[in-house]
Amino acid sequence: MSGKMQIKLKVNGEDHEFLAEPRELLVHALRERLNLTGSHVGCETGHCGVCTVTLNGKSVKSCTMFVAQADGAELTTVEGMGSPDNLHVLQEAFREHHGLQCGYCTPGMIMRAAKLLEEIPNPTEEQVRFGMAGNLCRCTGYQNIVKSIMAAASEMNSAKEAAQ
Amino acid sequence: MNDMTPDRNERKANLKGLGSSRKRVEDLRFTQGKGNYVDDIKLEGMLHGDFVRSPYAHARIKSINTDAAMALDGVLAVLTAKDLEPLGLHWMPTLAGDKQMVLADGKVLFQGQEVAYVVAKDRYIAADGAELVEVEYEELPVLVDPFEALKSDVVLREDLDPKADGAHGPRKHHNHIFTWEVGEKEATEQVLDSSDVVAEEMVYYHRTHPCPLETCGCVASMDKVNGKLTLYGTFQAPHAIRTVVSLISGLEEHNIRVISPDIGGGFGNKVGAYPGYVCSVVASIVTGLPVKWVEDRMENLMTTAFARDYWMKGKISATKEGKITGLWCHTTADHGGFDACADPTKFPAGFMNICTGSYDIPTAYLAVDGVYTNKAPGGVAYRCSFRVTEAAYFIERMIEVLAIELNMDAAELRRINFIKQDQFPYTSALGWEYDSGDYHTAWDKALVAVGYDDLRKEQAQRVEDFKAGKTRKLLGIGLTHFTEIVGAGPVKNCDILGLGMFDSCEIRIHPTGSAIARLGTISQGQGHATTFAQILASEIGLPADSITIEEGDTDTAPYGLGTYGSRSTPVAGAATAMAGRKIRAKAQMIAAYMLEVHDDDVEFDVDRFVVKGAPERFKTMKEIAFAAYNQAIPGIEPGLEAVSYYDPPNMTYPFGAYICVMEIDVDTGEHEIRQFYALDDCGTRINPMIIEGQVHGGLTEALAIAMGQEIAYDNMGNVKTGTLMDFFLPTAWETPNYTTDHTTTPSPHHPIGAKGVGESPNVGGVPAFSNAVHDAFRAFGLRQVHMPHDHWRIWKTANDLGLHG
Repeated sequence: MSGKMQIKLKVNGEDHEFLAEPRELLVHALRERLNLTGSHVGCETGHCGVCTVTLNGKSVKSCTMFVAQADGAELTTVEGMGSPDNLHVLQEAFREHHGLQCGYCTPGMIMRAAKLLEEIPNPTEEQVRFGMAGNLCRCTGYQNIVKSIMAAASEMNSAKEAAQ
Repeated sequence: MNDMTPDRNERKANLKGLGSSRKRVEDLRFTQGKGNYVDDIKLEGMLHGDFVRSPYAHARIKSINTDAAMALDGVLAVLTAKDLEPLGLHWMPTLAGDKQMVLADGKVLFQGQEVAYVVAKDRYIAADGAELVEVEYEELPVLVDPFEALKSDVVLREDLDPKADGAHGPRKHHNHIFTWEVGEKEATEQVLDSSDVVAEEMVYYHRTHPCPLETCGCVASMDKVNGKLTLYGTFQAPHAIRTVVSLISGLEEHNIRVISPDIGGGFGNKVGAYPGYVCSVVASIVTGLPVKWVEDRMENLMTTAFARDYWMKGKISATKEGKITGLWCHTTADHGGFDACADPTKFPAGFMNICTGSYDIPTAYLAVDGVYTNKAPGGVAYRCSFRVTEAAYFIERMIEVLAIELNMDAAELRRINFIKQDQFPYTSALGWEYDSGDYHTAWDKALVAVGYDDLRKEQAQRVEDFKAGKTRKLLGIGLTHFTEIVGAGPVKNCDILGLGMFDSCEIRIHPTGSAIARLGTISQGQGHATTFAQILASEIGLPADSITIEEGDTDTAPYGLGTYGSRSTPVAGAATAMAGRKIRAKAQMIAAYMLEVHDDDVEFDVDRFVVKGAPERFKTMKEIAFAAYNQAIPGIEPGLEAVSYYDPPNMTYPFGAYICVMEIDVDTGEHEIRQFYALDDCGTRINPMIIEGQVHGGLTEALAIAMGQEIAYDNMGNVKTGTLMDFFLPTAWETPNYTTDHTTTPSPHHPIGAKGVGESPNVGGVPAFSNAVHDAFRAFGLRQVHMPHDHWRIWKTANDLGLHG
């Protein structure tokens, strides 16, 4: 296929520029061009959410978006969420509350949860369950994922209060 | 000893051994997106493979034209059966003793069957190439109903001699695969004839799919310089895959290295060998370059390893007081186009003969007929131990039907028929020796926990209110007491392709008192790196945090049969404990030498050997480890290593009592799970946090299966549920909170008494959810309705019962 497009992305604070076919999926660009393999592929229909990233401040499923549609966008992937020495509160909370098993859905869960807690900083359990309904998990039955997110919310709120 | 020395309990806690809710060591990399799954593997020059698949469920292949595909820039090869035939690889053996086409050889037998394999420079070009392959088909009559298939003149498997025996004995019909009989037919029929009450029902456990979020895939990399093939893949049994690849490719086994990296859930889907693996290996050998193949979700749901699809006709008899006298079951098993079930060789219907469940049933008979149809092959143990889910669903439905027949409370009926604690070890009428159990205790605890008597009163009131027009919601109380059979298994009767189902562990203690242990299993989310280190910590007295667990690389790990059927803890966990004990035995000799006493004068105490009667004289395991590498000890080799291959003397029999309380809206068919109580007895508990997580997950998979998930076909053999738009996976929104509980009845034959737990919640969960639906309608005359109980089917049930006025 010919007719490549010039694509510019800012991913986790770093600028990238490359030529891509218009049909190239965003998730493939992230995984294969930029080697950011934390975002996974699970269903290709936008249901499972293992490819969830943040694009211009919103949660998107990177498997149902062409990289061309993301041209000029600012993205955050799970790789931009914390470092081994300084984990994100959600990363700590998922570990602490056993919010993951095989780990395949985890990056998407953490990306969506981070966005959810921006949208609703002090959510009820119902709001967490509804807000996470675009992310599937086959291992945990969600109970400990919900627990992890609630715990992270409470910790983030305490930290905010302490800072004020 | 001085005040700074930690006391015994503190030392024990420091180990984070058995019983500790130790946080998982896997999680750091997973939470940061640094797992290493198959599709994350990128090798220099790597090519991509993609399949041309059949749109038809049954058709003859008239021609395949690959010219246009080959002409596409970036396509390197297109493989068809003709290309594989000279290598003898156009067919491959299945785990069930049948054979399966790798690429369509003259005909196709199910929709989505692999017809050609396109190898290209990237995955987009491979997909383009697959589009350009022209296949001419001639449609043949389609058989999707196993009962029809057994009567039809249409021959599905023309490659088989209809008169010749199959892998499991004589075949009755050209579409028949096997008959498997257990128990006493005549005696059971006599009991049924002479009993006060007989309940009869057809219980269908529909076809579904394990559907892990990561699909199946591999990267095959043939290094022609040194003659070695490395095969990375989503393999639940890497060693078995190595042996299979060696047997079918002719490559010597030492020249094959199979690596299972991180696996994104398996649930049985990743046990078998699939055409994608064979084609990728061939493509890599032909091109000399690494070849990646990863199936997409449609391919996963349509072609790799479905589960269940058992039509179970049952009869259960009892005295009028409710004491069960006999159980009869005839199962028609739909295996699809090839018999690719993953069962131990001698068990063509897996452990379906655990279908007497938790009950003391004196006489029983089971027959299973396997049938070919135009559906995908598989029949894997989806989060269960070889058809135990089918068996548990069958008996737990039959108990409910019998309760209706007897006009008895189903909880009481169970109670009076449970195998009693003093009957263990208990030999069932269908030949299993249950190792241990205390069903009455578990049952009573469960009933009290949910307030069973009050629930029944509330339900009776609800029925009254419904009849009086005061409510449109019914209340269902779903009861289940299941007995699992896991830990396959004793080599004397359990093998797959002739490989005994032992498992293994190899331990190396490093001089500074840390260790690495390697096992023949492979975690797919179970947390082996966490829990196996805990088993070892308790056995060898080094902290779990100082022990690395490694699995999944056949060049380094000892041979084992892998992870499925809840066998890791019962078998590899036992091997781990036994290898640990070998380490300890040598450590004892070293300690005795260091303390200048006789071997028998020292004893193990948490993390050290102490001189008997003189606890102030001791050597810690850390000190002993160092001594093993730096002291010349007469009569003892340097080093501290051990390996154990464990052949379990028996299966283990975890059990549990589950109760689901469900509200059902008669007019919309919607359900709401008000309460779900799950009591599991998995013997010795290694990590309660992980057990609880496994139970939550297994229950959610059970919820999916019971309440909506299915692989459905139309009459033409088209898969109607090939994407996550149609195939139900519950979200956080639909999933309830579960209450977990436990009793502890250790396995008497397992070195640490553990029984395995990962699959119990799926085995027990499905009947609990389904029984709740049935129970809600019991007062209105419902006996049996097939799963999945989606909203439409529940609405239809209400409608059929005349509840819509």
